[in-house]
Amino acid sequence: MTYSYYPGCTLKTKAKGLDRFGRLSAEALGVQLEEIENWQCCGAVYPQASDEIATKLSAIRALDAAKGKGQKLLTLCSACHHVIKRVNHDMQTDANLRQKANNYLQLETPYLGEAEVVHYLEMLRDEVGFDNLRKAVKNPLKGVKIAAYYGCLLLRPSGVMAFDDPECPRIIEDFVTAIGATPVIYSQRNECCGGYMALEDKPAAQKRVDAILKSAKDAGAELIITACPLCMYNLDANATANVLPVKYFTELLYQALGLEGKEGE
Amino acid sequence: MAANVTTEDILRISGVNPRKCMKCGKCSGTCPAYDEMEYHPHQFVYMVERGQIDKLMQSKSIYRCLTCFACLERCPRNVEPAKLIEAVRLAVIRQQGMNHMTENDIPALLDDKLPQQAIVSAMRKYKK
Repeated sequence: MTYSYYPGCTLKTKAKGLDRFGRLSAEALGVQLEEIENWQCCGAVYPQASDEIATKLSAIRALDAAKGKGQKLLTLCSACHHVIKRVNHDMQTDANLRQKANNYLQLETPYLGEAEVVHYLEMLRDEVGFDNLRKAVKNPLKGVKIAAYYGCLLLRPSGVMAFDDPECPRIIEDFVTAIGATPVIYSQRNECCGGYMALEDKPAAQKRVDAILKSAKDAGAELIITACPLCMYNLDANATANVLPVKYFTELLYQALGLEGKEGE
Repeated sequence: MAANVTTEDILRISGVNPRKCMKCGKCSGTCPAYDEMEYHPHQFVYMVERGQIDKLMQSKSIYRCLTCFACLERCPRNVEPAKLIEAVRLAVIRQQGMNHMTENDIPALLDDKLPQQAIVSAMRKYKK
């Protein structure tokens, strides 16, 4: 299957690994990712106010590009996924936004929320299938105890995101099992990392990160994985009392598929 | 602050109905920024309803919400306190000269690993 792919700003800069390992792994699994042309930054945070319109236009442009190609729109960054999926939901349900955004964009045909937004993990679960992924694994990460960190943006609000059970998710744990490792369940896996508060109030972010890493370590984790560049930053750069190695889930996928050392690195 | 923002303005911007609140306190109980706030999520709900908008607009609490959607997800009455906090913040930063942070403040806050996502988020949250 071929997807339209929306990488987002951070995957082109500070989170190149999340992108590159994701692309190479998808290719190895027979999934084509076609980066949409001229995509714009999604805005990183979903505009919650009911009168915000301009701040949703870049997401609508990306959605319309996928619609034009008749493809699902695949995301990898948690924040991009959150913003684009919720804006798409707004375009499906909010007639006022639909009218004003289309009046402004003047697309060939109005965009009415037709595209489907799929996160990379959902693609692995629903398109590839975790059973098939397990069979494709050449280098199982046996015995590694991995804490899946969901954070906020993939899960909430669950009515719109419909990603997994918001309080007891399992998709990343199922991924961890599929690549041969052992998932560790801990209480803080769906609590906030501190997000952009790291800019203005570093101690507040450090407090959040310490609580998350302590919870993961107490449960026996040796490694914590994420799909979000801002979670990665906080868990890595703002860890003080408790420290755990942090990786993007795509890097482990890439290793498990035995792709390391290939692709002319 | 002479903006004279009313309860009706905040309800219109947020789309929230604070009268649905049954005051269980779950929003504040689950808020990861609770300790950082002068006014907590449940207080936003009743203070907006009572028209105490100026107090909220003058409080740094409006910049402490992490937009993690925990209060919104876990509210048994679907009140969505985070949307009220966002609406009060917007009522402030949409005024001339009321940005909380601008791009000029960013260089001093940068480090090698800081992702673009954090900067874009801050600019969306703190300035117009």
